[in-house]
Amino acid sequence: MERKAGAAGMTRLPQIALLADGRRLHLQDGPIDLIIEARGREGDIREAYAAASRRFTGLLDELCAELPELRKAASPVQTPLKGVIARRMHAAVRPFAADCFITPMAAVAGSVAEEILGAMLGAASLDSAYVNNGGDIALHLGDGEQFTVGLMDRPDRNGALQTMVIRASDRARGIATSGRHGRSFSLGIADAVTVLARTASQADAAATIIANAVDLPGHAAVQRCRADSLQPDSDLGPRLVTREVGALSPAEVVAALDAGAVCARQWLGAGLIEAAALRLCGETMIVRTKDVRRRTNELHELAVA
Amino acid sequence: MVTETAAATDKIRCDACPVMCYIKPGAAGACDRYANHDGKLVRVDPHIILERTVEHGGRLVPFQATGDWDGKIVHQPDTFVTAIGAGTTYPDYKPAPFIVSSEVDGVDMVTVVTEGIFSYCGVKVKIDTDRYLGPEQATVRAQGEAVGHVTTSEYGSQMLSLGGVHHLTGGSKKEGRVTCDALMDLSNCKPVELSIDGGATVIVQAGQPPVVNGAREERMRVGCGSATIGMFAKQWHGKVDEVVVVDDHITGVLSEHQAGKLLDIADTGIKMKGRRSTPGRYFQVADPGTGWGGTNISDPLSILGPFDAKEARPGLTMLMVSTTGEHASYYVLDEALRPVQTEIPTPLQQSVERIQENCEPALCTVLFMAGAGGSLRAGVTDNPVRLTRSVKDALTRVTSGGAPVYVWPGGGITFMVDVTQMPAGAFGYVPTPALVAPIEFTLKLSDYAALGGHMDYVRPLSSLKDSSDIRPLPWSAKPGRRA
Repeated sequence: MERKAGAAGMTRLPQIALLADGRRLHLQDGPIDLIIEARGREGDIREAYAAASRRFTGLLDELCAELPELRKAASPVQTPLKGVIARRMHAAVRPFAADCFITPMAAVAGSVAEEILGAMLGAASLDSAYVNNGGDIALHLGDGEQFTVGLMDRPDRNGALQTMVIRASDRARGIATSGRHGRSFSLGIADAVTVLARTASQADAAATIIANAVDLPGHAAVQRCRADSLQPDSDLGPRLVTREVGALSPAEVVAALDAGAVCARQWLGAGLIEAAALRLCGETMIVRTKDVRRRTNELHELAVA
Repeated sequence: MVTETAAATDKIRCDACPVMCYIKPGAAGACDRYANHDGKLVRVDPHIILERTVEHGGRLVPFQATGDWDGKIVHQPDTFVTAIGAGTTYPDYKPAPFIVSSEVDGVDMVTVVTEGIFSYCGVKVKIDTDRYLGPEQATVRAQGEAVGHVTTSEYGSQMLSLGGVHHLTGGSKKEGRVTCDALMDLSNCKPVELSIDGGATVIVQAGQPPVVNGAREERMRVGCGSATIGMFAKQWHGKVDEVVVVDDHITGVLSEHQAGKLLDIADTGIKMKGRRSTPGRYFQVADPGTGWGGTNISDPLSILGPFDAKEARPGLTMLMVSTTGEHASYYVLDEALRPVQTEIPTPLQQSVERIQENCEPALCTVLFMAGAGGSLRAGVTDNPVRLTRSVKDALTRVTSGGAPVYVWPGGGITFMVDVTQMPAGAFGYVPTPALVAPIEFTLKLSDYAALGGHMDYVRPLSSLKDSSDIRPLPWSAKPGRRA
């Protein structure tokens, strides 16, 4: 495929801007959109943002240099990847690679978020900070600090379904969400699986795996098609990804969520995740250390009644 | 910059970034910013990720016309590279997408084309109608959301000021979105229904007659009632004893008016309601409305008191006509000096038609107004204020989609442009919300260098000919008549 040169000599640079609130930093390059907020002394925030911008510049090119390898199924043993972010991606997916198909791309968003957060913390001392890469979030919490996460099913509407508070004393420093509505394809049918893990890259990889596990294999109401028929260079290749989920009975919804919860509990037990919230057709199932709870919304109760 | 090469399969390779997505028709790349639309790489809403819902890559914002293109590449020197589809970033820290040089009259000219993201923007709408649209300062709404206000009345027209940063970003999210939609539709010459608090509902479309409360306005008034008397007094002289030109602003009465006096037209004993301004000129004969001459009346006799028996006489004739000639009635006083409507005699009917003929077609005109005072200038030059100064000094010509603009005096580069002069689909938006409009700066190459231009990025126009960066647009031959 022939490539035509872009505008002669023009170097592609990321977009770097403070958002309208003057507090948060927005970095964008190609498919990467980061929303960043640091709290602390003003000078430190400035230093941190400068460091984030410096690290972000050229980051996409660095990743793309190894894109073919990143799109291949990860080996559970070793990797030829060189870049620090690429290696982090591989490390995040490796624990899952023995059991199922996964590529380092499953952890790309969280790994980038972690990298930028690391650059910020290396440059300045901050009370707290987050790097949100399209919903995959790397957190820094100083002593006594906390971070509130809201789960929303309709970002265009106000109001969170529920909120979780992550405290400095908790182990989680990464949050990620995966599902069939996301930017990348899902092998499962979950609307969203949100995972808390020690790092953003681990959360990202685990969310992908758990979202894939929320499934009703062979169900007639679930339309699937080959990933490469939608995106020719998808890392999922010919695997069937979910396009549409038709009407499911309440029992089927629970069955699909249970399948995901089994997977989530496995990784919880292995210490790879801290908690997970699985959502499908208005039902939410929470998996965390002590219990498995299912929240049934009123509409569903009415439907069953 | 984005280029594309159509493969046999119609999949295209996007090179907007190093991911180099291979995109199928109808699909978007990994970034959701670029998509394959019928084999063409198009930019979708550049910030769609912040707002995307389940409709994966579903919304395409038309940055360029998809109309018939004869396949010709750009021609010098008639070709003017517009900024439409040039793309931009915000803030504009990097050189504008196209900086093109061409030679005009032997002088090497540079045109910097970019699309500006304007949150400080709006439209000024002029609606040619005498009908009452609403009180000054009244809120103008689209889909129930406040999008602007009624401002001054002008001669035969009512002005609206819509948009602006307060409606776009200062109110609720919905207000901002609806305002943005209304501005974009109006700027792209599409019809928009607006309702005015305490007034009318009007459908506005640039270059088209307004539709006020469901009635399509055909003509502007020829002048106010008094002016109409002045213009037609001679033509009425000897054919009728009295003429009343009904007008919401100034209703004219022939026999009392200076023009009538000069023709020695006798008093008729007519008694007008309303407030007399000067002889033969009356304010406030009725309330404003969508009836005769922009008043609320449907029976013109309702603005008359009884005729004065001292001067009036049975058989006296009277024409009542609106300022557009749209309404006209003819009366003869009976024995009790009451006006009785009868058929309009032919010579008077002709004068009514003459009034109609002198009324210009009523149109809505939409001027897009925006300020390019901010970072957009940095995409043009290293030293933004020099661009502003250069525009002020008339060394740099500013155009929008190739259309001439009026640049306001004073600080910044605040300009207005007639949207009907711009190519179709010139406007887009980002969900900030803000409008995306093309803007081009043309100046001498030497001046460009002097003001700190991005000389490294200047490309000769000829170099664009083979580039698929360029999508030549057919110029809209009939302004304001677009799909």
